[in-house]
Amino acid sequence: MTLDIQSLVQRHHGDGSRLVQILRDVMEVAGHVSPPVITELARALSLPRARVEGVVGFYSFFEAEPRGRYRVFFSDNITDEMAGSHELRQRMLDAFRIELGEVSRDDLVSIRSTSCTGLCDQGPALLVNDRAIARLTPARLGAISSLIRGGTPMHQWPENLFSIASHVHREDRLLSTALAPGEGLDAAIARGRSATIAEITESGLRGRGGAGFSTGTKWAACANAAGPERYVVCNADEGEPGTFKDRELLMHHAEKVLEGMTVAAFAVGASVGLLYLRAEYPFLIAPLLERLAERRRVGLLGKAVRGVAGFDFDIELHVGAGAYICGEESALIESLEGKRGIPRNRPPYPVTHGYKQKPTVVNNVETLAAAALVTRHGADFLRSVGTPKSTGTKVHSVSGDVARPGIYEYPFGVTIHELLEAAGAKDTQAVMVGGPSGVLLSMRELSRRICFEDVPSAGAFMVFDGTRDMLGVIDNFARFFAHESCGFCTPCRVGTTLNAQMIKRITSGTGTRRDVKDLARVSQIMKDASHCGLGATAGNPIAMAIAKFRPSFDKRLRSLDVLPTFDLEESLAPAREATARDDVDAHFDEEHR
Amino acid sequence: MSDDPTAARPTFQLDGHDVPFDEGQSILAAALAAGHYVPYLCFHPEFEPHGSCKVCTVKVNGRMHASCTTPACRGDVVESQVDELATLRKNLVQFLFTEGNHFCPSCETSGSCTLQGVAYELGMTTAHYSPLFPDRPLDASHPDVLLDFNRCILCELCIRASTLVDRKDVFALSGRGITKHLIVNAESGKLADTNLTLADKAMQVCPVGVILKKRQGFQVPIGERRYDQHPISELAVGPRKPEHR
Repeated sequence: MTLDIQSLVQRHHGDGSRLVQILRDVMEVAGHVSPPVITELARALSLPRARVEGVVGFYSFFEAEPRGRYRVFFSDNITDEMAGSHELRQRMLDAFRIELGEVSRDDLVSIRSTSCTGLCDQGPALLVNDRAIARLTPARLGAISSLIRGGTPMHQWPENLFSIASHVHREDRLLSTALAPGEGLDAAIARGRSATIAEITESGLRGRGGAGFSTGTKWAACANAAGPERYVVCNADEGEPGTFKDRELLMHHAEKVLEGMTVAAFAVGASVGLLYLRAEYPFLIAPLLERLAERRRVGLLGKAVRGVAGFDFDIELHVGAGAYICGEESALIESLEGKRGIPRNRPPYPVTHGYKQKPTVVNNVETLAAAALVTRHGADFLRSVGTPKSTGTKVHSVSGDVARPGIYEYPFGVTIHELLEAAGAKDTQAVMVGGPSGVLLSMRELSRRICFEDVPSAGAFMVFDGTRDMLGVIDNFARFFAHESCGFCTPCRVGTTLNAQMIKRITSGTGTRRDVKDLARVSQIMKDASHCGLGATAGNPIAMAIAKFRPSFDKRLRSLDVLPTFDLEESLAPAREATARDDVDAHFDEEHR
Repeated sequence: MSDDPTAARPTFQLDGHDVPFDEGQSILAAALAAGHYVPYLCFHPEFEPHGSCKVCTVKVNGRMHASCTTPACRGDVVESQVDELATLRKNLVQFLFTEGNHFCPSCETSGSCTLQGVAYELGMTTAHYSPLFPDRPLDASHPDVLLDFNRCILCELCIRASTLVDRKDVFALSGRGITKHLIVNAESGKLADTNLTLADKAMQVCPVGVILKKRQGFQVPIGERRYDQHPISELAVGPRKPEHR
C-alpha cells in the first residue's frame, strides 16, 4: 500500500479536526510521518504546518522518523516489570543486537517501552505496530522474534499470539444483569427526557473514572446549556496503570456501554456520540465497529431512533495515539478535535463548552453501562447496594502479587482485606488503589473501604507482596508521570522529571537526605500549582511512600546531606593530563593520593 | 456619584486591600491595574491568558489558583504576599532555571529579562535543583534573527503573537512533557524558511532571550537596562502596559 495523502484526506472529508485519526492512517501505511508528508497534510487540511508537526510530536505512537518495519513497545507498568518484562525486553534487545530505543541497522525493528497497556492481569505484554500481545514468555517472545526476523507480514502471524483472555472472578449487578439492545433506551423514552435525568440523579450514580462527579447533575447541566448542538462522549482512554476494567466492559458488555451513550444522548438532546478508545486496545476496534453497525441495522442508531421524531443519533469511534493525559476530559476533547492533548482552562466546563465549544457530556465507560441499567431498572438498582455517598458497585482490576488476577465487581464499601482475600493475596506489603495517581495503602490499613467516603478508586488495585522493593515501585510510577506529563504547566512538566531523577539517584545509591526532602517539596508544589489532576496527583505515590515506607528510602541513602552530582576526582583528569601532573595535590580523593 | 465609573465597580480583597475590577477581568489584571504587583511570566496584557507558568498563583478564598486565568469575583478574599506563595513561586522559577540553560552573565537579555527580574524579586539565589542541561541547538539561519532555544521558558507568547496578531503561525510547540519545545513553521525546521520579519509582533514579546535581533547585541550596556534601573515589581504595575524590553 502506498501513501496517497489527497485521497486519505478526502476520506476524512478534509476535516482538520480529524487530524489524530488521519495521522493514525498515515502511520498504518507508512510507519512514520515524514516532514514532506506533514507539509502535504497541512496544505490539504489548511492547517499551519507547525501545528501538524506539533500533534505528531505529542503522541507516543506517532513517529516523525522511520522506526523499523516492526515497532515493538514493551508495556512498562510495574505489574509487567514484576512479571519479568525487563528481562524479556533485554533478551529481545540482545537477540537483535540493539539498544533500547534504537532501530536495527537493517531498518527491521525498533524496541522501546510504553506506559501500561492495560493487560496487567495477563502480563508481561507488548505492542507490535498496532497489535497487542499478552502473556509473554521466553517461548512466545522467541516466536515473535522469529516472525520479525523472517519479515512475516503481521496479518500472517498466528492468531493465537493475539488472543486476549478474560478473567472475571466476581460479578455483581453491573456485570451479571443482562440488557437486551434497546431495553434501556425504551425505558428512557417511556419515562421522558427530564424524568430520565432525574432517575439517574436519584440513583446516586457518580463518575467511575475517578473524580466521582454526579452523573445526573452533569447530564442536567448539559441538557440545560444553551444551543441546539450537543455531544455525548464515552471516555474509553483507560490509561491509569493497573486499570483494565473498561477493556473487559467493552469486550463483553459493549452493548450496555453503547446503550448508556444512547440514553445519555436522548436525555440531553445530543445527535452525535464519540467513543474515544485508547490506542493500546486495538483488538476492540473491529468488535466495536461491528456492534455499532448492528445497532444501526436494528434502528438503535441513525435517524429517528426507536421512531422518536427528531431523535437522530449516531456514534463515531475515535482511537487515541498513546497519551495518558487524554483520559482527562478536556484533554480528551482537544484530542477529539485533532489537537495536542492539553487540558483546557476551566471554567467553562465541557457541559457548556465541550467538543467544538458545544455542550458535551463526557462519561467513563463504566458510568455509561451503569446509567443504561439504572434507566432500565430504576434508581434502586444502585441505591440498594453500596454506601450512602457511593451507591451501587465498582468494577476492580486486580493485578500484581495475587493468585487470581482479573476483574472483581463488588458493592462500594468493600474492604481492602476482602478484595485481597478474594484474589488470593499472600504476605501482602502494600496495595496501590486507583493506580499511581491513587492511594498507596500499607497493611495497617486493611480495614479501609473502597468508596468515595474513604478510599476512592478509578478501578486499579495493584498488590505488592513482602518480596517487593517499594522504592522500585515508586521509581516505576515516577517514570510514568514524567513520560506522560503533557508539559503545559511548569510544576508538572519540570516537577515530574525532577522527581524521577531524584528517585533514580536514591535507587542507585547516590541519593541523600536532601533528595528525600526535595521529593516531598516538589510533590507539594505539583499538588498546589498544577494545571490539572495529572500534576496534582503525580506526587501522591511518592509522598505516601515516604510517609508509609520510609525504610525503603533510608536504607539506600548516603548519610550525607549533599553529594555532588558529578565525580570530582574524575573531573580533574583532563586538568592532570593537560599539565602532565600526577602528584598528591593533583588529586581530590584521599585514596588516589 | 452614579456616573463615576469607579463608584460602581465591584471589588475583591487582595492582602487586605480593596481592588476594583471590571466584570470578567482576571484577578491578576485587576491587581496590576490597581498597582499591586503579582509576579508572572506567561501573562501579557495584550493576549488571552492561558496560565501555564503558574508563577502568578494566589490563594482565592483559601484555594490556590493561577490569578491570570481566574476571573475576579465580588468579595473574593485573595492572598498573594504570604510566605507559602513566596516559597511556591520561588520554586517554580527555580524549576525554570533548572529546566533550561540560563547563564545570565553571558546573555544578551540580562538586565531586561523578565525571568531574571522575577527571580531577583523573589530573592532566588540558586536554582537549588540539579540542572537538566538540555541539548538545544541554536537556529542562526535567519538573516536578521537568532533563536537561542536554551533560554525558552515555553510561555507561548511568541506563538500567540504570531498566530493572533501577525497571522503567520511562525511558532508552535512540539514534543510532550520535559521534551516539549518550540518549533518553527518550516519543513526544514529553520527560521530562515519561515516568513518571520523584524516588524512582527512575535519579535517583541519574548520575555527571555530566545528571539534576538542580530547585530543589535549589547547596545544598552549592562547596568543601564530595564530591571537594572527599577525592580520588576515597580515596572509591571499601574495603567501603563508592561513592556518586556
